[in-house]
Amino acid sequence: MDPVEIIQHTAGGVIGLSWLMIAIPLLGATILLVLGRRTDRWGHLLGVAMSLASFVVAVLAFVELLGLPEGQRRQAVHLWEFIPGMVDMGLLIDPLSIAFALLITGVGSLIHIYSIGYMQNDPDRRRFFAYLNLFVSAMLLLVLADNYVGLFIGWEGVGLASYLLIGFWQFKPSAAVAAKKAFVVNRVGDFGLLVAMFMIWTTFGTLAFGGLTPVTEENPTTLAIGLLLLLAACGKSAQLPLQSWLLDAMEGPTPVSALIHAATMVTAGVYLVVRSGAFFFPQGSGAALAVAIVGAATLLAGAIIGCAKDDIKKGLAGSTMSQIGYMMLGAGLGPVGYAFAIGHLITHGFFKANLFLGAGSVMHGMNDEVDMRKYGGLRKYMPVTFATFFIGYLAIIGFPLLSGYFTKEGIIETAVQAQPVLGWLAVLGAGITGFYMSRMVFMTFFGEKRWEKNAHPHESPSVMTVPLIVLSIGSVFLGGYLILSNRLMDWLAPAVGAPAVRPEFHFTSTTGIATLALVAVGAAYAWYKYGRSEVPAVQPRGSFLTTFARRDLYGDAINESLIMRPGQWLTRLAVFFDNRGIDGVVNGLAAGIGGSSGRLRRLQTGFARTYALSILFGAAVLTGALLLVGNI
Amino acid sequence: MTTHYLILSGLLFSIGAVGVLTRRNAIVVFMCVELMLNACNLAFVTFARQVGNLEGQIIAFFVMVVAAAEVVDGLAIIVTIFRTRRSASVDDANLLKY
Repeated sequence: MDPVEIIQHTAGGVIGLSWLMIAIPLLGATILLVLGRRTDRWGHLLGVAMSLASFVVAVLAFVELLGLPEGQRRQAVHLWEFIPGMVDMGLLIDPLSIAFALLITGVGSLIHIYSIGYMQNDPDRRRFFAYLNLFVSAMLLLVLADNYVGLFIGWEGVGLASYLLIGFWQFKPSAAVAAKKAFVVNRVGDFGLLVAMFMIWTTFGTLAFGGLTPVTEENPTTLAIGLLLLLAACGKSAQLPLQSWLLDAMEGPTPVSALIHAATMVTAGVYLVVRSGAFFFPQGSGAALAVAIVGAATLLAGAIIGCAKDDIKKGLAGSTMSQIGYMMLGAGLGPVGYAFAIGHLITHGFFKANLFLGAGSVMHGMNDEVDMRKYGGLRKYMPVTFATFFIGYLAIIGFPLLSGYFTKEGIIETAVQAQPVLGWLAVLGAGITGFYMSRMVFMTFFGEKRWEKNAHPHESPSVMTVPLIVLSIGSVFLGGYLILSNRLMDWLAPAVGAPAVRPEFHFTSTTGIATLALVAVGAAYAWYKYGRSEVPAVQPRGSFLTTFARRDLYGDAINESLIMRPGQWLTRLAVFFDNRGIDGVVNGLAAGIGGSSGRLRRLQTGFARTYALSILFGAAVLTGALLLVGNI
Repeated sequence: MTTHYLILSGLLFSIGAVGVLTRRNAIVVFMCVELMLNACNLAFVTFARQVGNLEGQIIAFFVMVVAAAEVVDGLAIIVTIFRTRRSASVDDANLLKY
């Protein structure tokens, strides 16, 4: 079944006011940035209030959408004529965008609240909240826009917010470099999105989602557009080969890692693929296969990287890459995978934000120490953080009946049926997930204390633990609610289309049992390696494979040798050519004229008799010449 | 007849030219210049007689006028230089050079 047609929203109601969702946080960001230090005392409260207000609008719009019959659940709200004759700026309120809006504002508000406590001692807390509000606004524009231009503006907006927040502690050179790196790598993806938009415009004459018609047959143009959109998705979602920025992005404050680099922004690539799915990634097309392959490759790469990191946030970043890989794999399988991909995106938003905020809570209690080799035995000292982190952990490894179990199983199951090779790779990835997440839990909360001398771990204030508890509740129940009896699939069907055959969730399928077995093996090995035996305080040398994973699969080295070095050679060549070639000609000419005139100058001796002689000589020559010419 | 005048004119001019090039005393150089001018005058007048019109003679008058003017400011310069430098040698006045 194809998506239903988009209808123009006419009546008032909350849907007509849905632009408020974007405007409110933007207003908050503007106030906080323009008024500056004057708002330091209450700026964080304003930030939270703006985010919560946006959440309320999203909930009301959601309720109103629920009340509409299924055929009318795609409402376009016209705002203004943006580029006359080309782009009308408007919002598209449909099941997909409202699901994202709820996730962004809901999880976003929780993270805003958490940040009050986490950033309490930071003198720039107000600026932090301004950027967070800016991010929420841009992200909502990204998912709510009813055309690619609006999406692109939001896309760039979240990129800007991400840059500002990664480099929030810009006095640290590592943070400044990481921010720059994220920005530059994202430009590569943005280039793909721009070119894709150019091609869509020249081919179809419109950039609105409502103006495009679903295709069934793939042709070279849609394949090219699909691959360019995939490039854009790879940049934003840190998929291979543009994954390198995400691990460095952990330089930002932890709430940023939770909100932007785990729950929302990095999933924008999945949104782009699903939103464009009916047009450029039809089921069984080459573009969709490319999406699935990228997803499968990244889910393994991220999982392998996660295994070797001692920095708790970098471990979680590897895990984020890996989980988004699952979503991409699901999104590459057509409408049957969309529901699971979006479902995993939503549950991942909860449990990964939960894990990141938990990691932040641990760091908060441990003097901002991030090295897990210096943790250990923390479960008695931080009971709430431990309990919520453990729930998030169970959810991400796919412990039966928790959120991650349903959504990940759904993706794996669908993938094994549609693309067996990729599906079994995803099963393997689940096993590795079991290992690295267990390793993280054992190293942090179990075993001996390996703390620094001045560490006094303590539970975080309730402003930080309450969001953790709310997120962990979502991590437990959300997956089952969304996936069982295909609730999410039916909800999304008007927006992304429904599969021909409704899948049914099997608790005892072969792949499901194989996945659980592998996860159990991974967790058991992690227990043997890090739970039972002592964790060395200094990173052991490790095998070739460990080094491979520690160095992010040589991602940076590859970028350096393939792109950075040749680029430097090119610039050096250009500089050489400029210095020696162009400047050489100019300087040589000037030096030649200067030198010869310097020599010519010597003729001016100052002796009047010399001049007289040269006059005589000249006169003689002239006379001789005249005589010669006269003779002819 | 004309040839003799012209040979005389050439001799006078050559003597003047050699004098300008070889003598150091500004006054002598000056007189040599006058000699060259007058050699030219002689040539003009000779040709005027031979052709039978007045143009050459008129030019000779012009040359004399110019020469008189030149003598006036030339001598003034020489006297000024002599006053400041206590020398009338043309080789000593060589400040204006590279």
